[in-house]
Amino acid sequence: MPDAQLLKRVAKSHNLTDETYRHIVKTLGRQPTLTEVGIFGVMYSEHCSYGSSRPYLKTFPTKGPRILVPAGKENAGVVDIGGGWAVVFKCESHNHPSAVEPVQGAATGVGGIIRDIFTMGARPIALLDSLRFGPLEEPRSRFLLEGVVKGISDYGNAVGVPTVGGEIAFDPAYRDNPLVNVMCIGLVPARRIARAAAGGVGNPVLYVGSSTGRDGLGGASFASRELADGDADRPAVQIGDPFTEKCLIEATLEALATGDVVGIQDMGAAGLTCSTSETAARGGVGIEIDVARVPRRAEGMTPYEVMLSESQERMLLIAKRGREERVKRLFAKWGLNAVEIGRVTRDGLMRVRDGSAVAAEIPASALTDEAPVYRRPVRRPAGLARAQRLLLARLPLPKDYGAVLLTLLGSPTIADKSAVFEQYDHMVQTNTAVLPGRADAAVLRLRALGTWLAATTDGNGRFCFLDPYEGGKAAVAEAARNLVCVGARPLAVTDCLNFGSPQDPAVMWQFKACVRGISDACRAFKTPVTGGNVSFYNEGPRGAIDPTPVIGMIGLIEPRQETRDRRHVSRPPSPVPGPITANFKDEGDAVILLGETREELGGSEYLAMIHKRKAGKPPRVDLAGESALQQLMLALASQGWLKSAHDCSEGGLAVALAECCIMEPARLLGAVVSLQPSAFPGPPITRAGAGSRQRIRTDALLFGESAGRIVASCARYHVERVEHLAARHNVPMAVLGRVGGAHLRLDSWIDVPVDELSEAWRTGLPRAWGLRR
Amino acid sequence: MKFGVVVFPGSNCDQDCLDVLNDVIGQRAVPLWHQETSLKGADAVVLPGGFSYGDYLRTGAIARFSPIMRSVARFAREGGLVLGICNGFQILLEAGLLPGAMLRNTGLRFICRFVTLRVERTDTPFTNRFEAGQTIRLPIAHNEGRYAADTKTLKAVQGQVVFRYCKEDGRVADAANPNGSVDAIAGLANERGNVLGMMPHPERAAEAALGSSDGRLIFESMLEAYAHA
Repeated sequence: MPDAQLLKRVAKSHNLTDETYRHIVKTLGRQPTLTEVGIFGVMYSEHCSYGSSRPYLKTFPTKGPRILVPAGKENAGVVDIGGGWAVVFKCESHNHPSAVEPVQGAATGVGGIIRDIFTMGARPIALLDSLRFGPLEEPRSRFLLEGVVKGISDYGNAVGVPTVGGEIAFDPAYRDNPLVNVMCIGLVPARRIARAAAGGVGNPVLYVGSSTGRDGLGGASFASRELADGDADRPAVQIGDPFTEKCLIEATLEALATGDVVGIQDMGAAGLTCSTSETAARGGVGIEIDVARVPRRAEGMTPYEVMLSESQERMLLIAKRGREERVKRLFAKWGLNAVEIGRVTRDGLMRVRDGSAVAAEIPASALTDEAPVYRRPVRRPAGLARAQRLLLARLPLPKDYGAVLLTLLGSPTIADKSAVFEQYDHMVQTNTAVLPGRADAAVLRLRALGTWLAATTDGNGRFCFLDPYEGGKAAVAEAARNLVCVGARPLAVTDCLNFGSPQDPAVMWQFKACVRGISDACRAFKTPVTGGNVSFYNEGPRGAIDPTPVIGMIGLIEPRQETRDRRHVSRPPSPVPGPITANFKDEGDAVILLGETREELGGSEYLAMIHKRKAGKPPRVDLAGESALQQLMLALASQGWLKSAHDCSEGGLAVALAECCIMEPARLLGAVVSLQPSAFPGPPITRAGAGSRQRIRTDALLFGESAGRIVASCARYHVERVEHLAARHNVPMAVLGRVGGAHLRLDSWIDVPVDELSEAWRTGLPRAWGLRR
Repeated sequence: MKFGVVVFPGSNCDQDCLDVLNDVIGQRAVPLWHQETSLKGADAVVLPGGFSYGDYLRTGAIARFSPIMRSVARFAREGGLVLGICNGFQILLEAGLLPGAMLRNTGLRFICRFVTLRVERTDTPFTNRFEAGQTIRLPIAHNEGRYAADTKTLKAVQGQVVFRYCKEDGRVADAANPNGSVDAIAGLANERGNVLGMMPHPERAAEAALGSSDGRLIFESMLEAYAHA
C-alpha cells in the first residue's frame, strides 16, 4: 500500500481537490489504492464527468417525437428518419491534443467520434469539421491549420468516411488554442441500434482492437486544464491508425448484425476505465476485469497505466455467453485482437484484477452518476459593457464599397475553402449529392429512402463574446437557416461547447448565457439537443478563447406532401424536389431577399476586417421570425420554385450576393440589384429599428450581419407566387433585381466584374496560407 | 455478366463498386475476400480504391502478396478483364501487371475533385463505348497518383495510354495535370489491353445525381466486350 503522501500527490496531479479526495475515501470506506486514485481522477475530470456543466446541460430540450434515445443515455443521439431507419450523430472536440500535436490531435479526434457512431450499430456516412485558428499571418496558425487539415485528411480518407462539410474561421481569440470539433453521422436500421450497456451476469467481457500502450496516458485529465507552454504535454496525445479503425468498423458492424453482442463501448477518453464503469453503471451490473490479460504494446505497464491509457482503436464488448468464440473469430478475420478480459458480475462493482491481486474495487455508479457536481460562481465579465459600446457616428463610411467587398471576399474566414476540402475525400460511399462549398449545408442521398439528409455545423465566437445569449441563439438559428436553404427540415442538434476555464466566474457566466440561448432557440425550432460535449480550459498564456458553442444540426429533405384535393387525385405523385444549391442559375431570374435588414454592425466581419474592431452588440435573433422564415423556405422548397438559396452570414448581404454569383466555378453569373427602398414595391427591406423607417447606414446595409435573411432566386413568372407565400408566412420579402451579365451591380455603390469577385474569393485562403495553387 | 470485386482490409471503395455494378449497371457483382483464392467464376475482376493494408510501406506494396492476387494475376494472363481503380491501379503496378510506378502528388497533398480526361483509345474492352478523343469528367481522390516510368518504359507504353488529364477543350496542359503524372497519364492498359489501371474513380460518376455519369460507360464497355468475346 503506497503511503498517504504519494496518494495525495497523484490525486493532485489529477486535479482532485482535498474535498473530492475525502469524498472518495468516504465512498470506499478506506484509503484508495494508487490505481483507484487514477481511476477517480480521470472519471471525475471535467472531460468525463461534466462536473461544472451538468446542471446547465440539464436545461436543454431533449425530447421530441423523432428522438429514439434520450440525450446522455448512450454515446450519441439517435433520430428517427422514417422507413425503419435512424440517424446517429454526435459532435466532439479535440482542441487540446490538436494544439500540442495538430496532425495526431485532429486524426484521433476523427477516429474517436467515428467509433462513437459505429459502436451504436450505425455505419458512419459523413464527417463535418468545425475549425478555428488564429490569424494566418502568424506562422503558428499556419502550422496548426496545415497539421489539423493533414490529420483529418490522413485519417478520414483512409477510413473511408467522406468529409462533406463544416466551417473554418480565423480570429486572434484562437491563436493559442485552436478549436477542432468533429461531427460524425451514421445510419442504422432503427431495430438494430446497439447499446453501450453491460448485461447478463456471467457474460464475457471482451477487449477488442489495438493493443494498449502508454500513449495518451491521462488524456482526459490533460484536456481538463489550461494548456502549458512548450512540449510538456506531448506524451498525453494519442496516435491514430485509420487502417485498424477501418477494420474495426467492418468487424464491429458484422458482429453487431449477428446478435451475439449484448453491449459495446469505445475506449475513448479514460480508456478501459471509462468503458468498464460506464457500461456497468448503465446496465446496473458490475464488471470484473483482469488487466494481466489486456494485449499490450509496451513492457512493464502497471495496472494504473493500463487503466488510464488512451491508446486508440480499442473497444469493450460484452458478448452473449457461449457466443464469444464466434465473436473472436469474426474479429480475427479482420486481423484484430478480441480477448476475454473479464465477466459481468452481480455486485455493481468495477473490480480490476492484476492476476490474483485486486488493484481496484469501486462501485461503478460512484464513478459515473455520483461524480461530483460543482456549483461554480458566475459573474458578468468586467470589460463586456465597454466592448459592447459601438458609436457608429464615429465610424467612418468607406469610400469604395467595391474594394471593401473584395477585401471581405478574400478574408480567410469568408473566402472559398476548396484548398481545405479538396484534401478530404468527400465523395467516397457515393452519396454526396452536393459538393462541399456549393450549398449552405452538406447533402447526402439516402438511397434506402429516396430522400436526402442535410447537415451543417455553425457557431460564431465573436457574437458569443459580445453577447453569449444572442450568440447561442444565433448559432442554432444559422444552422437551421443553412438547412432550410437546401430545402431540408431541421430535426435535431448536437453541440460542442468550447469555453475557457470554468474556475473563472466570467467564463461560467458566458457558459450559462450561451446554454440559455441555445436552449431557447432549440425550443423555438423544435430541434432537441441529442448530445455533444463540453470542452473547458480552452486557454493559453494570453487568456481564454471567445466562448464558442458549435451547433451541429441535421435535417431531412422530405417528399412533397400530396394535396388531398380529390380533383387532382389522378395526377402522378410528384417527385421529391432535390437539394437547392446556393449559386444563381439562369439569366433573367429574379433576385429575392427574405427577412429584415437592420442597422446591425456589431461583431461583424466587416468591423473586424476593415475597422479592426471587435465591438458592439451582435445582431439580435428574432426566434419567431426565424421560425416563420424556416416554414416559408420549406414551403417554397416543396413547391420547387426556388432556383437558389443562400443565407446572409459573415460579410452580410453584399457578400451573400457575390457568393451567389461565383460559387459555381464553371458558371459565373452577374446580377443587377438595388437596395433602395424606392426601387421596388412592397414592404421596405431596410429599417433602423422596429417601427422606424429611417434609412440605415450604407455599410450596415451592405455588410451588416442581421440574422434571419436569405438571398434566393426564382424564375420571374414565380415571383408573384413566392410573394404571396411569403406574405402568408408573414416574412418580409423584397425583389432586389435580376440575375444576369458579367458584373455584380449594387445601386451606385458596387460594380465589380464577377471574374474579379471570383478571383478574390478563390485566392484568399491559399494566399494567406502560402499554398501553391 | 459476373463481376468480382476484391476486398482487401483497408479497401474503402469496394462497396461503391459493388453498388454501381449491381444497382446501376444491373449485373451481378460479388466480393472476393483477399485471403481466398477463388474468383467465384467472375467474368471480370475489379480492384477497388482505398488503402489496402493501410498502404503502409508503399501503396499497394503489401496487397500484391495476398492469396487472391495470385489468382487475379493468372486470370489476367489468361486474358480476363481486370480493372484497377486508384489503389487498385497502384496494386497492379506493384504486382507487375502494368509497367511503371506511382509517386506522391507533386503538391504533396491529397486531392479530391473532378478532373477532365481525354479518352486516348477506344479499342479497349474498357472504352469501346467512348468516341475517339472524347473528353469526360471523373473525380480523383488520391495522395499518390503521380504516374512515373523511366524513358524506355515510357516510350514503350505510349500506345497503351487510355486516359490523359486534359483541359476542358481536350488539350493536355500542366495546369490540367493534378498530380504531376508523366505525360499526363491517368489510365494505362497492358499490351494485350485486358488489364486497365486508372486513378480516377468511374464508380463515383455513374449517376447524374452525383454530378456525372461518364464513368458508367467504362462498365458498359466491359459488358459490350464480354458480349462480343
